[in-house]
Amino acid sequence: MTTLEEVRQRAEADARTYGYHLNPDPEFLQNLLEGLKQNEERYSYPSCPCRLASGKIELDRDIICPCDYRDPDVEDFGMCYCGLYTSSDIYEGKTKVRPVPERRPIEKQVRAYEPAKATQKKEAKTKIEVKTKEEEASEVKKKLWYCRQCGYVVFRDDSPYICPICKAKKEMFAEIKVRIEFSG
Amino acid sequence: MEFSKVSGQNNEHKVVLYALNTCAWCKMTKKYLKDNNVEYEFIDVDLCTPKEKEKIREHIMSKGGSPVYPTVIVDNKILITGFRKDKLEETLGI
Repeated sequence: MTTLEEVRQRAEADARTYGYHLNPDPEFLQNLLEGLKQNEERYSYPSCPCRLASGKIELDRDIICPCDYRDPDVEDFGMCYCGLYTSSDIYEGKTKVRPVPERRPIEKQVRAYEPAKATQKKEAKTKIEVKTKEEEASEVKKKLWYCRQCGYVVFRDDSPYICPICKAKKEMFAEIKVRIEFSG
Repeated sequence: MEFSKVSGQNNEHKVVLYALNTCAWCKMTKKYLKDNNVEYEFIDVDLCTPKEKEKIREHIMSKGGSPVYPTVIVDNKILITGFRKDKLEETLGI
Protein backbone atom coordinates (compact mmCIF):
# COMPACT_ATOMS: atom_id res chain seq x y z
CA MET A 1 0.00 0.00 0.00
CA THR A 2 1.27 3.46 -0.90
CA THR A 3 1.91 5.66 2.12
CA LEU A 4 0.96 9.32 2.37
CA GLU A 5 4.66 10.17 2.47
CA GLU A 6 5.23 8.33 -0.80
CA VAL A 7 2.33 10.23 -2.41
CA ARG A 8 3.88 13.49 -1.19
CA GLN A 9 7.38 12.59 -2.39
CA ARG A 10 6.05 11.59 -5.82
CA ALA A 11 4.21 14.90 -6.17
CA GLU A 12 7.21 16.89 -4.95
CA ALA A 13 9.53 15.16 -7.42
CA ASP A 14 7.11 15.84 -10.28
CA ALA A 15 6.73 19.50 -9.25
CA ARG A 16 10.53 19.89 -9.23
CA THR A 17 10.86 18.29 -12.66
CA TYR A 18 8.38 20.68 -14.26
CA GLY A 19 9.27 23.81 -12.30
CA TYR A 20 6.08 23.88 -10.25
CA HIS A 21 5.39 24.00 -6.51
CA LEU A 22 2.95 22.08 -4.37
CA ASN A 23 0.09 24.08 -2.86
CA PRO A 24 1.50 26.34 -0.11
CA ASP A 25 -1.52 25.84 2.22
CA PRO A 26 -0.47 22.89 4.44
CA GLU A 27 -4.03 21.82 5.35
CA PHE A 28 -5.28 22.06 1.77
CA LEU A 29 -2.23 20.13 0.53
CA GLN A 30 -2.74 17.45 3.15
CA ASN A 31 -6.37 17.01 2.01
CA LEU A 32 -5.27 16.67 -1.62
CA LEU A 33 -2.58 14.11 -0.82
CA GLU A 34 -5.00 12.09 1.30
CA GLY A 35 -7.53 12.22 -1.57
CA LEU A 36 -4.92 10.96 -4.02
CA LYS A 37 -3.96 8.16 -1.65
CA GLN A 38 -7.61 7.18 -1.19
CA ASN A 39 -8.15 7.08 -4.96
CA GLU A 40 -5.03 5.00 -5.45
CA GLU A 41 -6.31 2.54 -2.85
CA ARG A 42 -9.78 2.20 -4.34
CA TYR A 43 -9.01 2.42 -8.07
CA SER A 44 -5.34 1.25 -8.11
CA TYR A 45 -4.31 4.55 -9.69
CA PRO A 46 -4.14 8.09 -8.27
CA SER A 47 -6.92 9.83 -10.19
CA CYS A 48 -7.57 13.51 -9.51
CA PRO A 49 -9.12 13.85 -6.03
CA CYS A 50 -11.41 16.65 -7.25
CA ARG A 51 -12.94 14.77 -10.18
CA LEU A 52 -15.33 11.85 -10.19
CA ALA A 53 -13.51 8.82 -11.62
CA SER A 54 -15.21 5.88 -13.29
CA GLY A 55 -12.84 3.38 -11.69
CA LYS A 56 -11.88 2.11 -15.14
CA ILE A 57 -8.37 3.10 -16.14
CA GLU A 58 -9.19 3.35 -19.85
CA LEU A 59 -11.80 5.99 -19.09
CA ASP A 60 -9.84 7.83 -16.41
CA ARG A 61 -6.39 7.94 -18.03
CA ASP A 62 -6.59 11.70 -18.68
CA ILE A 63 -7.33 12.48 -15.01
CA ILE A 64 -4.59 10.37 -13.43
CA CYS A 65 -2.41 12.81 -11.50
CA PRO A 66 -0.60 14.69 -12.96
CA CYS A 67 -3.56 15.00 -15.29
CA ASP A 68 -3.54 15.94 -18.98
CA TYR A 69 -4.88 19.37 -18.09
CA ARG A 70 -2.32 20.38 -15.45
CA ASP A 71 0.16 22.23 -17.65
CA PRO A 72 -2.35 24.44 -19.51
CA ASP A 73 -4.17 25.14 -16.22
CA VAL A 74 -0.97 26.21 -14.44
CA GLU A 75 -0.10 28.30 -17.49
CA ASP A 76 -3.49 30.07 -17.60
CA PHE A 77 -4.54 30.15 -13.93
CA GLY A 78 -1.35 29.60 -11.95
CA MET A 79 -2.50 26.26 -10.63
CA CYS A 80 -4.05 23.01 -11.72
CA TYR A 81 -7.76 22.19 -11.37
CA CYS A 82 -7.47 20.56 -7.94
CA GLY A 83 -4.83 23.02 -6.73
CA LEU A 84 -2.04 20.50 -6.08
CA TYR A 85 0.46 22.08 -8.49
CA THR A 86 1.00 25.82 -8.55
CA SER A 87 3.19 28.34 -10.33
CA SER A 88 5.91 30.25 -8.47
CA ASP A 89 3.74 33.39 -8.45
CA ILE A 90 0.85 31.65 -6.69
CA TYR A 91 3.26 29.84 -4.35
CA GLU A 92 4.93 33.10 -3.33
CA GLY A 93 1.59 34.91 -2.99
CA LYS A 94 2.34 37.37 -5.81
CA THR A 95 -0.77 36.30 -7.73
CA LYS A 96 -4.23 35.88 -6.31
CA VAL A 97 -5.83 32.43 -6.50
CA ARG A 98 -8.60 32.34 -9.11
CA PRO A 99 -11.14 29.57 -9.68
CA VAL A 100 -9.90 27.10 -12.28
CA PRO A 101 -12.71 26.10 -14.63
CA GLU A 102 -13.01 22.46 -15.69
CA ARG A 103 -11.13 22.00 -18.95
CA ARG A 104 -11.89 18.31 -19.30
CA PRO A 105 -14.41 17.85 -22.13
CA ILE A 106 -17.96 17.08 -20.95
CA GLU A 107 -18.06 13.85 -23.01
CA LYS A 108 -15.16 12.58 -20.88
CA GLN A 109 -16.71 13.80 -17.62
CA VAL A 110 -19.90 11.82 -18.21
CA ARG A 111 -17.92 8.62 -18.72
CA ALA A 112 -17.84 8.27 -14.94
CA TYR A 113 -21.59 7.74 -15.08
CA GLU A 114 -21.84 5.40 -18.04
CA PRO A 115 -21.46 2.21 -16.02
CA ALA A 116 -24.60 3.36 -14.15
CA LYS A 117 -26.55 3.46 -17.40
CA ALA A 118 -25.35 -0.04 -18.20
CA THR A 119 -26.46 -1.20 -14.73
CA GLN A 120 -29.97 0.22 -15.21
CA LYS A 121 -30.47 -1.54 -18.53
CA LYS A 122 -29.50 -5.01 -17.41
CA GLU A 123 -31.22 -5.23 -14.05
CA ALA A 124 -33.30 -8.29 -14.94
CA LYS A 125 -30.49 -10.09 -16.71
CA THR A 126 -28.11 -12.77 -15.54
CA LYS A 127 -24.78 -12.15 -13.85
CA ILE A 128 -22.83 -13.32 -16.89
CA GLU A 129 -24.72 -10.89 -19.13
CA VAL A 130 -24.14 -8.08 -16.65
CA LYS A 131 -20.40 -8.63 -16.71
CA THR A 132 -20.34 -8.62 -20.49
CA LYS A 133 -22.31 -5.36 -20.71
CA GLU A 134 -20.09 -3.66 -18.16
CA GLU A 135 -17.06 -4.74 -20.08
CA GLU A 136 -18.63 -3.37 -23.25
CA ALA A 137 -19.33 -0.05 -21.52
CA SER A 138 -15.70 0.31 -20.54
CA GLU A 139 -14.32 -0.69 -23.92
CA VAL A 140 -12.40 2.10 -25.56
CA LYS A 141 -10.75 1.72 -28.92
CA LYS A 142 -7.11 2.60 -28.49
CA LYS A 143 -4.93 4.05 -31.22
CA LEU A 144 -1.31 5.04 -31.65
CA TRP A 145 -0.70 8.80 -31.66
CA TYR A 146 2.50 10.71 -32.27
CA CYS A 147 3.48 14.28 -31.55
CA ARG A 148 4.44 15.92 -34.83
CA GLN A 149 6.67 18.34 -32.91
CA CYS A 150 8.89 16.00 -30.86
CA GLY A 151 7.95 12.49 -31.95
CA TYR A 152 6.49 11.33 -28.61
CA VAL A 153 4.32 8.25 -29.19
CA VAL A 154 1.37 7.22 -27.04
CA PHE A 155 -1.17 4.37 -27.22
CA ARG A 156 -4.59 5.48 -25.95
CA ASP A 157 -8.14 6.23 -27.07
CA ASP A 158 -7.63 9.94 -27.69
CA SER A 159 -4.56 12.10 -28.26
CA PRO A 160 -3.25 13.84 -25.09
CA TYR A 161 -4.52 17.33 -24.31
CA ILE A 162 -0.93 18.48 -24.33
CA CYS A 163 2.33 16.69 -25.15
CA PRO A 164 3.99 15.73 -21.85
CA ILE A 165 7.44 16.05 -23.46
CA CYS A 166 7.44 19.23 -25.57
CA LYS A 167 4.11 20.77 -24.43
CA ALA A 168 2.73 20.90 -27.98
CA LYS A 169 -1.05 21.25 -28.14
CA LYS A 170 -3.48 18.41 -28.88
CA GLU A 171 -3.74 19.57 -32.51
CA MET A 172 -0.08 18.65 -33.03
CA PHE A 173 -0.85 14.96 -32.54
CA ALA A 174 -1.56 12.71 -35.49
CA GLU A 175 -2.73 9.13 -35.55
CA ILE A 176 -0.29 6.45 -36.64
CA LYS A 177 -2.14 4.07 -38.88
CA VAL A 178 -0.58 0.65 -38.90
CA ARG A 179 -0.96 -1.34 -42.09
CA ILE A 180 0.22 -4.89 -42.34
CA GLU A 181 0.85 -6.17 -45.81
CA PHE A 182 1.39 -9.77 -46.73
CA SER A 183 3.37 -10.58 -49.79
CA GLY A 184 4.63 -13.65 -51.56
CA MET B 1 -30.02 8.40 -1.62
CA GLU B 2 -28.95 9.56 1.80
CA PHE B 3 -27.98 13.18 2.41
CA SER B 4 -26.21 14.21 5.60
CA LYS B 5 -27.59 17.25 7.34
CA VAL B 6 -25.49 19.91 9.03
CA SER B 7 -27.50 22.19 11.30
CA GLY B 8 -26.95 25.93 11.46
CA GLN B 9 -28.66 29.14 12.52
CA ASN B 10 -28.54 30.55 9.00
CA ASN B 11 -31.39 28.40 7.67
CA GLU B 12 -33.41 30.76 5.45
CA HIS B 13 -32.34 28.91 2.33
CA LYS B 14 -32.35 25.27 1.35
CA VAL B 15 -28.71 24.57 0.60
CA VAL B 16 -27.70 21.27 -1.00
CA LEU B 17 -24.04 20.46 -1.60
CA TYR B 18 -22.90 17.76 -4.01
CA ALA B 19 -19.33 16.88 -3.10
CA LEU B 20 -16.59 14.28 -3.41
CA ASN B 21 -15.16 12.63 -0.34
CA THR B 22 -11.60 13.14 -1.66
CA CYS B 23 -11.94 16.70 -2.93
CA ALA B 24 -10.10 19.48 -1.11
CA TRP B 25 -12.37 22.22 -2.57
CA CYS B 26 -15.42 20.28 -1.37
CA LYS B 27 -13.90 20.11 2.12
CA MET B 28 -13.33 23.87 2.01
CA THR B 29 -16.96 24.42 0.97
CA LYS B 30 -18.21 22.26 3.85
CA LYS B 31 -15.97 24.12 6.30
CA TYR B 32 -17.00 27.52 4.94
CA LEU B 33 -20.72 26.74 5.26
CA LYS B 34 -20.25 25.34 8.77
CA ASP B 35 -18.07 28.27 9.91
CA ASN B 36 -20.79 30.64 8.73
CA ASN B 37 -23.53 28.73 10.50
CA VAL B 38 -25.29 27.82 7.28
CA GLU B 39 -27.65 24.89 7.52
CA TYR B 40 -27.05 22.52 4.61
CA GLU B 41 -27.35 19.02 3.32
CA PHE B 42 -24.59 17.23 1.49
CA ILE B 43 -23.82 14.01 -0.28
CA ASP B 44 -20.43 12.61 -1.28
CA VAL B 45 -21.13 11.52 -4.84
CA ASP B 46 -18.11 9.21 -5.13
CA LEU B 47 -19.54 7.10 -2.29
CA CYS B 48 -22.93 6.70 -3.99
CA THR B 49 -24.17 3.72 -5.99
CA PRO B 50 -23.92 3.93 -9.81
CA LYS B 51 -27.69 4.52 -10.00
CA GLU B 52 -27.51 7.38 -7.49
CA LYS B 53 -24.54 8.93 -9.31
CA GLU B 54 -26.51 8.94 -12.54
CA LYS B 55 -29.52 10.56 -10.83
CA ILE B 56 -27.26 13.26 -9.38
CA ARG B 57 -25.66 13.91 -12.76
CA GLU B 58 -29.09 14.25 -14.38
CA HIS B 59 -30.26 16.58 -11.61
CA ILE B 60 -27.23 18.89 -11.82
CA MET B 61 -27.36 19.02 -15.61
CA SER B 62 -31.12 19.69 -15.55
CA LYS B 63 -30.32 22.83 -13.53
CA GLY B 64 -27.92 23.96 -16.24
CA GLY B 65 -24.74 22.87 -14.48
CA SER B 66 -21.93 20.46 -15.29
CA PRO B 67 -21.28 17.36 -13.20
CA VAL B 68 -18.31 18.90 -11.38
CA TYR B 69 -17.76 19.12 -7.63
CA PRO B 70 -18.41 20.92 -5.41
CA THR B 71 -21.78 22.01 -6.76
CA VAL B 72 -24.11 23.92 -4.46
CA ILE B 73 -27.80 24.27 -5.28
CA VAL B 74 -29.64 26.95 -3.33
CA ASP B 75 -33.43 26.82 -3.03
CA ASN B 76 -33.51 24.29 -5.85
CA LYS B 77 -32.81 26.99 -8.44
CA ILE B 78 -29.47 28.78 -7.96
CA LEU B 79 -26.50 26.67 -8.94
CA ILE B 80 -22.97 27.48 -7.80
CA THR B 81 -20.16 25.50 -9.41
CA GLY B 82 -16.88 25.14 -7.55
CA PHE B 83 -15.86 26.74 -4.26
CA ARG B 84 -17.02 30.30 -4.95
CA LYS B 85 -16.92 32.24 -1.70
CA ASP B 86 -18.11 35.40 -3.48
CA LYS B 87 -21.19 33.69 -4.93
CA LEU B 88 -22.01 31.90 -1.68
CA GLU B 89 -21.75 35.19 0.21
CA GLU B 90 -24.00 36.95 -2.25
CA THR B 91 -26.60 34.17 -2.51
CA LEU B 92 -26.75 33.27 1.18
CA GLY B 93 -26.31 36.79 2.53
CA ILE B 94 -23.22 35.85 4.55
